[in-house]
Amino acid sequence: MLNPVAAIGRAVLAACRTVGAVALFALEGVSHLLRPPFYGRLFLKHLAEIAYFSLPVVALTAVFTGMVLALQSYTGFARFNAEGAVANVVVLSITRELGPVIASLMVAGRIGASFAAEIGTMRVTDQIDALTTLSTNPMKYLVAPRLLAGLIAMPFLVLVADILGVMGGWLIGTTKLGFSSGGYLKATMDFLEVMDVVSGLVKAAVFGFVITLMGCWCGYTSRGGAQGVGAATTTAVVASSILILALDYIITEMFFGT
Amino acid sequence: MSGEVPKIRLRGLAKAFGEKKVLDGVDLDIRAGHGMVILGGSGSGKSVTIKCVLGLITPDAGRIEVDGRDVLSMKRREREELNDRIGMLFQNGALFDSLPVWENVCFKLLAQKRITRAKARDKAAEVLAQVGLAASVGDLSPAELSGGMQKRVGLARAIAAQPDIIFFDEPTTGLDPIMGAVIDGLIVDVVKRLGATAVSITHDMASARRIGDDAAMLHKGRIVWTGPASTLGATGNAMVDQFARGEREGPIQMELRR
Ligand SMILES: Nc1ncnc2c1ncn2[C@@H]1O[C@H](COP(=O)(O)OP(=O)(O)OP(=O)(O)O)[C@@H](O)[C@H]1O
Ligand SMILES: [Mg+2]
Repeated sequence: MLNPVAAIGRAVLAACRTVGAVALFALEGVSHLLRPPFYGRLFLKHLAEIAYFSLPVVALTAVFTGMVLALQSYTGFARFNAEGAVANVVVLSITRELGPVIASLMVAGRIGASFAAEIGTMRVTDQIDALTTLSTNPMKYLVAPRLLAGLIAMPFLVLVADILGVMGGWLIGTTKLGFSSGGYLKATMDFLEVMDVVSGLVKAAVFGFVITLMGCWCGYTSRGGAQGVGAATTTAVVASSILILALDYIITEMFFGT
Repeated sequence: MSGEVPKIRLRGLAKAFGEKKVLDGVDLDIRAGHGMVILGGSGSGKSVTIKCVLGLITPDAGRIEVDGRDVLSMKRREREELNDRIGMLFQNGALFDSLPVWENVCFKLLAQKRITRAKARDKAAEVLAQVGLAASVGDLSPAELSGGMQKRVGLARAIAAQPDIIFFDEPTTGLDPIMGAVIDGLIVDVVKRLGATAVSITHDMASARRIGDDAAMLHKGRIVWTGPASTLGATGNAMVDQFARGEREGPIQMELRR
């Protein structure tokens, strides 16, 4: 207790154990995607839950992000007479960074929390045990379809966010900042490279997997009634948000690092 | 019991949760094709015992045999095949609240592909009738049912796949006396008609005498008595008789359990 080195050591060991446990959990979940039976119906349900029902939230945040980005960069760039770069800044920021990150953070709040709460409740009410007694592997039934749905739904959402984010910038650019409609869009397309969009979509797939993984893992390992489920929900959202930002840096480094 | 192999044989089963020893060397033989009732005070480890047999809890020590085969050393596939033949009614019902009642009832049959979804509703109605529920209940969600109805749906789910061994964790708790007697009759019928082995946990002595051929009492982590269920209340064992008659004075003192 009193020895700080021992305390730090214990914390590091506990952290390593958790990371190892999550990694094994992820591996087992993914391995179930390769072996039948497959739960296509559940996969589609979760896909709709993530992709379709997150659309309004993601769309709104993307539009406002694009709008504010245009406004900020215009007023900022005006200080060194570079107002013309607004369209380029907006499209690069949105596709590389803000689209994936902001959409994922919104989805982490919605989906991470709801998966953790649903699976956690199933855990504390013996429903997961019941699955085992009913000839159904809970990892295959509960976790695998969710992981796949997260992996596929998130790039779709980010593509939507990219488009709407650029439209938000265009809206402000043409109505307030004096750009011509065609000129703004031309500037957007001229500087955009395929890699900008692709890197964003790769990020999205990774983030989607991480969000569903943390939601499933926190729920699956929850203990102790309603309070435990509440804690699992919070942990799922916080952990996936932190992981999104940390992985964002790592993936950016891999794509564009020097 | 001499000679024949018991359906389930427990030897030296031990399980502790942290400091607390819940099971401390449970020895029990359960005869094939008979009803066994397990008695014991609240918190004495009855549910934990059957969860060990189902593989939902891994015991710290001891041996579990089903049909003479060691269960704990089985490979995953063998274990799953064994579970295919076992039914379980959980103490709290553990119904899947994301599925309608009919899908709950036929869950195992659907998982094993023994019926098609199209036929499942009719099958569910048939099984629901056995537990005294109208076919229309099949379309409700578990959250819309009363506690006693949930219990009966749980019971229907446990017997629908016609298992070889069935565990009933407090099948009549929360039911009115008449419905309790109906359910007891159903359990006896399942044993007689299917030739199944039924292991029931109950606190209701009238019910215990009706559904049990044999009875066993769990106290302080061990089986302290086994004998014919018909003698409950007049077994000559002071502990069991005190328990069966529900008397305050006797060898079992109420303890404040941790
Ligand atoms: N998952 C668990 N983690 C920690 N302790 C547990 C767990 N499951 C059971 N216990 C403890 O084991 C003891 C026995 O529990 P069990 O559910 O088997 O009791 P029971 O005999 O079925 O009682 P009741 O008649 O009230 O249902 C209890 O003291 C309980 O606190
Ligand atoms: Mg119990």
